Amino acid sequence: MNTRREPLIPVVGVITDVRLDTPDIKTFRVVTPDGKKAFDHRPGQCAMLSIPGVGEAMFSITSSPTNTEYMEFSIKKCGCVTEWLHQAEVGQNITIRGPYGNPFPVDTEFAGKNLLFIAGGVALAPLRSVINYVRHYKDRYGKIDIVYGARSKEDLLQYREIIDEWCKDEGVTVYLTIDREQADWDGHVGFVPNYVKELGFDTDKTVILCGPPIMIKFTLAGLTELGFKKEQVYTTLELKMKCAIGKCGRCNVGSKYVCKDGPVFRLDELDELPNEY
Amino acid sequence: MLKCSYDALNGIFAKIAENAKLYLPADKDGKTDYTKWAEGVEWSNALNTARSPKDFFFPQVEDLMKFKVEGKSIAIDDIREESEDFVVFGVRACDVRSFDILDRVFLIEPYDSYYASRREHGVIISCACTRPTETCFCKTFGIDCTNPGGDITVWRCEDALYWQANTEKGEKLLGTLGLESADESAVNAQKEQTARIMEKLPLAKLTTEGFGGGKTMELFNKPEWKSLSEACLGCGTCTFVCPTCQCYDVKDFNTGNEIIRYRCWDSCMYSDFTKMAHGNNRLSQVERFRQRFMHKLVYYPENNEGIFGCVGCGRCLAKCPISMNIVKVMKTIGGSAE
Repeated sequence: MNTRREPLIPVVGVITDVRLDTPDIKTFRVVTPDGKKAFDHRPGQCAMLSIPGVGEAMFSITSSPTNTEYMEFSIKKCGCVTEWLHQAEVGQNITIRGPYGNPFPVDTEFAGKNLLFIAGGVALAPLRSVINYVRHYKDRYGKIDIVYGARSKEDLLQYREIIDEWCKDEGVTVYLTIDREQADWDGHVGFVPNYVKELGFDTDKTVILCGPPIMIKFTLAGLTELGFKKEQVYTTLELKMKCAIGKCGRCNVGSKYVCKDGPVFRLDELDELPNEY
Repeated sequence: MLKCSYDALNGIFAKIAENAKLYLPADKDGKTDYTKWAEGVEWSNALNTARSPKDFFFPQVEDLMKFKVEGKSIAIDDIREESEDFVVFGVRACDVRSFDILDRVFLIEPYDSYYASRREHGVIISCACTRPTETCFCKTFGIDCTNPGGDITVWRCEDALYWQANTEKGEKLLGTLGLESADESAVNAQKEQTARIMEKLPLAKLTTEGFGGGKTMELFNKPEWKSLSEACLGCGTCTFVCPTCQCYDVKDFNTGNEIIRYRCWDSCMYSDFTKMAHGNNRLSQVERFRQRFMHKLVYYPENNEGIFGCVGCGRCLAKCPISMNIVKVMKTIGGSAE
């Protein structure tokens, strides 16, 4: 018997709640069979979830570390593993291992700073853990601004939590936008990059930016116009992963592995790496 | 230094095989590969094996764990077993270095328990080269083929074999073989002779200058990657014969009764290597080709104190169907001398 610890061997997780968040994103609540959180994590870290026989994939842990009872994963239906998960019911077992990657520097670089979160679509999932962490420890941070956009109102992830909790927090301002006009929407209409520019934020903020590459590109251009430096902007990457521990050779960007050196990068760090993500 | 006659070798192999499985290069069907020793199996005289010895620690396919699935429930079965003791005899200097390169991947935290178990139970007996050939360039990476290392080094000089232990594991094994002591003169003479051959090899002047950590952006953006990779078929042969390529895939197989999660070698040269549901960050063969060589010559050294991820064994030079290889890359991208 090989008694060494083996990082590739997961533990069993049980899905205890499934919430349909948007037409193609569900949020899954996961605990161990004895009802506990599978492991502790820091904001921005990820976990490998698998369904034996279907596959294993990396997902950001969307719940905050301050939640000590369970973990949540907001997952968009877009491939084999995610399609299978989307038909899973409460009580379904999956496997889980982690946590993986470096978290956002919530207790160091972010401490005492005004924070500006910018997300598009499902990219709110990795940022939600950070947002709820800094909301929980609000006295450690300055003002919190959140700009979030999606294709339509229905595509806004965690809409109820945003309206019922985030928007009601003192010191937290939420700016929502959707791509096109729709009947039951009286909020802002337009793409995230333009909205950020229109809002014209002061540069006394640390930015946490996540979204599709095209959104990041244009938002960054807008931020630069407003006077932000790349050293002020953090993002989190996602690439194909198999091992999650920097050995299978798949998720590298230059000499960095997204699974263990990332997924969180500061944009000036990314600038020194090949544009292969 | 200890010594035995070539004729005594079979008896020594038998003695080693009493306590551990013994593998050595043997000729079969026109090629040489590591073969389990048994009475009648003859040690090959070939320079090196077709397949690298990385299989001993990192097999091409291995089962990692099993799952039993019943309804909604899953049970995970840890099927890992402690490796049996084994000895690999006749490993060349290039391949001995490849184990160090793999160690720096699999034995850094969090370490790979499958690899670690085999590594702990394996004893490497290396054999010094006497006839390096035109595809050899181990010296480019600071490897001395006359001093191959491993747990025990063996030099074959005409009718005698000279043995020297390099590690505790090696000493323990060598102590059980009952060999007579000998002076080093024959070995030293052989080393000088081999060094003279090395100097005359066509790749003797190949250097790593121009490569190494910190050169990422300069080399990544070279336009020459396009012409170098144009004919690449993406067959992955170079990665499979390579003793240091360690990329792997993890897959599940449903036997109908249980699910086996296994790992198998993969190749960064394959088009689906980085493909995921939302896209692929290396869409063209240029990007995949560049990744393989940048990894060996820039990214790996950057993460490993300047040690390169190539050992100059020459297998890819001999096997690539379009005759593209790391030597051509080093000359074109890094500007190494002919």
